[in-house]
Amino acid sequence: MILDVERLEVRYGRLPAVRDISINVAAGEIVCVVGPNGAGKSTTMLAIAGELTPSRGRLLFEGGPLAGRSSEDTARLGISLVPEGRRIFGTLTVEENLRVASYIRRDRDAAAKDLESLLDRFPILKERFRSPAGRLSGGEQQILAIARGMLTRPKLMLVDEPSLGLAPKNVDLVYELLRSLREAGMTLLIVEQNLDRVMDVADRVYVMRDGRVQLSGTVVALKGSAELEAAYFGFDRGAA
Amino acid sequence: MITLLQNFIDAVSLGSLYALTALGVGLLFGVLRLINFAHANFITIGAYAIIVPSTNAIATLYIGAWHWAVMSTAVVVIVVALAVVTEFIVFRPLRRADPPTLLVASFALAYALQYITLLIYDGRPKAVDIGSNLAEQVMVGELRIPKLEILTIAVTLALIVSLALFLKRTRYGIQIRAAAEDFRMARLLGVRANTVIAVAFALSGVLAAAVSLLFLARTGMLAPRMGLPLVLIAFVATVIGGMGSLVGAAVGGFVVGFASVVLQVVLPVEIRQFRDAFVYLLVIAILLWRPAGLIQVRAITERV
Repeated sequence: MILDVERLEVRYGRLPAVRDISINVAAGEIVCVVGPNGAGKSTTMLAIAGELTPSRGRLLFEGGPLAGRSSEDTARLGISLVPEGRRIFGTLTVEENLRVASYIRRDRDAAAKDLESLLDRFPILKERFRSPAGRLSGGEQQILAIARGMLTRPKLMLVDEPSLGLAPKNVDLVYELLRSLREAGMTLLIVEQNLDRVMDVADRVYVMRDGRVQLSGTVVALKGSAELEAAYFGFDRGAA
Repeated sequence: MITLLQNFIDAVSLGSLYALTALGVGLLFGVLRLINFAHANFITIGAYAIIVPSTNAIATLYIGAWHWAVMSTAVVVIVVALAVVTEFIVFRPLRRADPPTLLVASFALAYALQYITLLIYDGRPKAVDIGSNLAEQVMVGELRIPKLEILTIAVTLALIVSLALFLKRTRYGIQIRAAAEDFRMARLLGVRANTVIAVAFALSGVLAAAVSLLFLARTGMLAPRMGLPLVLIAFVATVIGGMGSLVGAAVGGFVVGFASVVLQVVLPVEIRQFRDAFVYLLVIAILLWRPAGLIQVRAITERV
């Protein structure tokens, strides 16, 4: 496993946001964590990325512990977070946003090549290369945020709520991109509220609610099942 | 017309000093959300650095007696080292502290540095003579421009352009701007917080060193609190310019410089001594008109 989250607990002050969850991701796999608002999904992502300190449990990346590492160290280990709300640097140009991400790399020539191929792949970023990133539309900003994450050449990419606040057309665009990352063999852990969307790209799914994992399994086994809906919504629709 | 032009040049020159100081203060505020009152001591110590350390009433030039280029470089090195060392000793251990704690720490540092200056150099103001030839005037038609004003404006322009190029074109410059906008996100992309902050302190040191020498050449007097009025005005300049905006800090500096010179000219002689009160009235008026400052930035996010 590239990532092992074992019995993780994260608290905001005294309030536990994540209680005793265990998640794992194998190299080359796309794993999705789904669940309603407030389930603790984003908190889990922030803890993996080194932004939040767990109060209990273990985080292992490629078998080594992540505990005590800052977010900058975690990034340098090869974990890239594309956060909720995109958090692009609005006053920096598209180019500068991408450059900030590439500075982490020592292989400058390869980084320059990756940048070129990213621009070929996303013509909108090439078109708006020297414009302030804050002027991009929501969908374009999401693509920039994912491209920025890719440019760090991560071993594991964490994508938090990629469809949040986007028009349906842009959600299509973003999921098309995530599908292409899957084909390129990238390892992804995606957090999403939109259950139907993730079922199209994921290999495995974890359903979280109230800070706990309610259900987990492969997409093949869970797709369309009543069990999945019951875990997500917190009741059995059939019984209701 | 000539008087008007003369006053204009005075205003640009004074505004330049305020703008340079405001940029030094604004740079650290942008990255760290720190209002560093010890910036005043960076300016003061930069100025004192040119004389032989002594409590004698008469100042003896030491670094100040060297060739101007070597002297300027030496003062820049000293102030940059001071800025980086204070970051390391005082502000780095407080990395996760909230802005009010940082503000109090900067006051404590300012007082500590001020008393160290008093211990080494004594509290009495000392006259020094650097660049006395800068008092000479250049005649442009009927206009008489002191060389010092030309130098002040030229150095300010050069520093502002260099700073802009550094922030726009270099790796650390781009990282500083990213960190100023969203430090946590920058760190998630692997930006080293300690490096970025140390570079920002070093840049503020370069700006403080330039102000040290230009201000000293203007007043010809060393005093342990000489940097304080400049930093207070610079703080006002960053507020009216728009906290968190470097362009705003520079614009704010020039606005305060212009306001000071204009009021000096237009106020009746009997109330001219209250000029600063009128400057601050103008500041209040600007803030009532634009509470977020002249150049408004996005909502200020949490640092580190």
